[in-house]
Amino acid sequence: MAKMNMLQAINNALDMAMAANDRVLCFGEDVGVFGGVFRATSNLQQKYGKDRCFNTPLVEQGIIGFANGLAAQGSVPVAEIQFADYIFPAFDQIVNESAKFRYRSGNLFDVGGLTIRAPYGGGIAGGLYHSQSPEAYFAHTPGLKIVVPRNPHQAKGLLLGAIHDPNPTLFFEPKRLYRASVGEVPEEDYRLPLGEAEVLKEGTDITLLGWGAQMEVIGQAVDLAEKEGISCEVIDLRTILPWDVNTVVESVLKTGRLVVSHEAPLTGGFASEISATIQERCFLYLESPIARVTGMDTPFPLALEKEYLPNHLKVFDAIRASVEF
Amino acid sequence: MSTTTKAEVVHTPTFTDGAEFRIPTFQVLKQDGTLHEGAQAPALDKDQALRIYRTMIFTRVLDERMLAAQRQGRLSFYMQCIGEEAAIIGSAAALDEDDMIMAQYREQGALAYRGFTTDEFMNQLFGNEMDYGKGRQMPVHYGSAKLHYMTISSPLATQIPQATGYAYGQKLAGDGKCTIVYFGEGAASEGDFHAALNMAAVHRVPVIFLCRNNGYAISTPSVEQFAADGVAPRAFGYKMDVIRVDGNDVLAVHEATRLARRMAVEENRPVLIEAMTYRLAAHSSSDDPSGYRSKDEEAVWREKDPILRMRHWLQGREWWSDDEEKEIQERLRREVLETMKKAEKRPPPPLESLVTDVYDQVTPELSRQLDNLKSHIRRYPDAYPKTAGQVRGGE
Repeated sequence: MAKMNMLQAINNALDMAMAANDRVLCFGEDVGVFGGVFRATSNLQQKYGKDRCFNTPLVEQGIIGFANGLAAQGSVPVAEIQFADYIFPAFDQIVNESAKFRYRSGNLFDVGGLTIRAPYGGGIAGGLYHSQSPEAYFAHTPGLKIVVPRNPHQAKGLLLGAIHDPNPTLFFEPKRLYRASVGEVPEEDYRLPLGEAEVLKEGTDITLLGWGAQMEVIGQAVDLAEKEGISCEVIDLRTILPWDVNTVVESVLKTGRLVVSHEAPLTGGFASEISATIQERCFLYLESPIARVTGMDTPFPLALEKEYLPNHLKVFDAIRASVEF
Repeated sequence: MSTTTKAEVVHTPTFTDGAEFRIPTFQVLKQDGTLHEGAQAPALDKDQALRIYRTMIFTRVLDERMLAAQRQGRLSFYMQCIGEEAAIIGSAAALDEDDMIMAQYREQGALAYRGFTTDEFMNQLFGNEMDYGKGRQMPVHYGSAKLHYMTISSPLATQIPQATGYAYGQKLAGDGKCTIVYFGEGAASEGDFHAALNMAAVHRVPVIFLCRNNGYAISTPSVEQFAADGVAPRAFGYKMDVIRVDGNDVLAVHEATRLARRMAVEENRPVLIEAMTYRLAAHSSSDDPSGYRSKDEEAVWREKDPILRMRHWLQGREWWSDDEEKEIQERLRREVLETMKKAEKRPPPPLESLVTDVYDQVTPELSRQLDNLKSHIRRYPDAYPKTAGQVRGGE
């Protein structure tokens, strides 16, 4: 075990994947000798050469188109999009191409080796275009996997899981936690499973569900609730697509209440998908309406970021309202 | 560092319009089958020349027959490549058999040249249980792993940066292979074209970009597609080698592609080829060109038929005869018709193929959705005649 922050854990995962397999390539804007604007790819070019870790021209649709071709060829590309806010120029390559490559060819060709890394999320005074959480746009796309880690241990294990998963995977990294989240990380190669949620804490009165940086916020709200004697079960979804329906269903069948929280806007956010599914599967067991604590249906603001974000007090408010319903 | 540091410095405002860059068109063969003055005799031997020619005849017969089948309501959709056979088959013939081909959708000739059988074409067109694509895509979206022909997709130009990436992988593998990517002049207006050429030039990737400039993108004439002298001059801006060829001249296309392949593989220099041709057919079976162009215009290009041009050349060398022509036409017509009859009778892919290959494994949620669908079909079997037989029986 070693103490690492999230960036070090990601860098360590990439280093390990490149060391184990010559066909793993890391590329994107400023990823090369500079090591990325957040330094996630530090020293990889120095260690593995310019052919395997390199800067691309500044063109997101090109980065992902190029990565799709590489993956189809049998390479294992780990493409970086500098901010999740700038993934939209590559939306067509991801949604129409990466996601459908295997299906449309009858499994003659696939881009299973593809991993796309992108820093996401707010809380860093990033304004409209350095704060977004676009996971729900992609969650509507069969064929993709979407993964979000909450701490350094997960970041390494899930990233290695994503790189080795035989399906194209979006890996959204909570940049607010890049340096803020520090923890013990195994030094060896280990992979956390995709498609499985993790129950962080068992409880009996209410289920709290989130992913990524929001897990820290949920944790603070849970501390407040437990002081008032409310027993909370806390689940980190970890994989948005395909998501672990059974773990959430089991929990809500037990607690009868659910709060889902994410930074992205409410309307069309992934909490809607979860809420509808749980309502179908747990109808007779629900004791209060499912609550969604999310960003507002506005672009992500700068000056009023604190007011916009679904912080621990808003989550706590929802817990209380649900229990008192 | 910067490629512009050696620019000449001036002290009065000086705009450059690029008008001095005129790209010539490379031609070898005249329409009567003789060579242009000064043109070199081609490197094609008799066997390969006849293989190219027979493939051209095959796609012409296939296109004519399948459009008729679509008009009869036997096929949902079709796209012909009439008029562009030399551009596609001539270039594909200049590649190694295991170079990757990434195409747009009007390049069935390249696939036929590699040996895709009539039966394989038909299975895809009819989306039956033997289709490699499991009946998921529209007709003409062919693919073949064994023939190194990437499965076609409808979104235009997406395959162009993919070809750059694929070829980058080939370069790292060091196996002396390259990728050719085909696209029309309309698709070249997409952002993916720019991304692909720029990245190929920066990363020195062994890829050949072959633009079929056939004058139209559906109804849009090329004068409404770009203001410049075609697509070829864009290569200058990327510092890429470029050649423009007469796309109806199979010898010119073949020679240009042969040289481009050598530059790509031996020197890691990506090359742009602009093949000037004409889309003699409608855009697709859903299109009627009489709404946007004249019969007179089409007639001019019918006289430049690439197949006829090659036939004249073959006959001039005494490699081909009228009898052989008659025999192949009749044989291929019969073969296409008989194979079609078999393919359209084959059953559709199994119901399970709806949910396989979305991921490498069927997810629990997809299994649940399939089970729900089966139960539904059992309740309304008459509404699902193709698949009701597969789910007969109890829950």
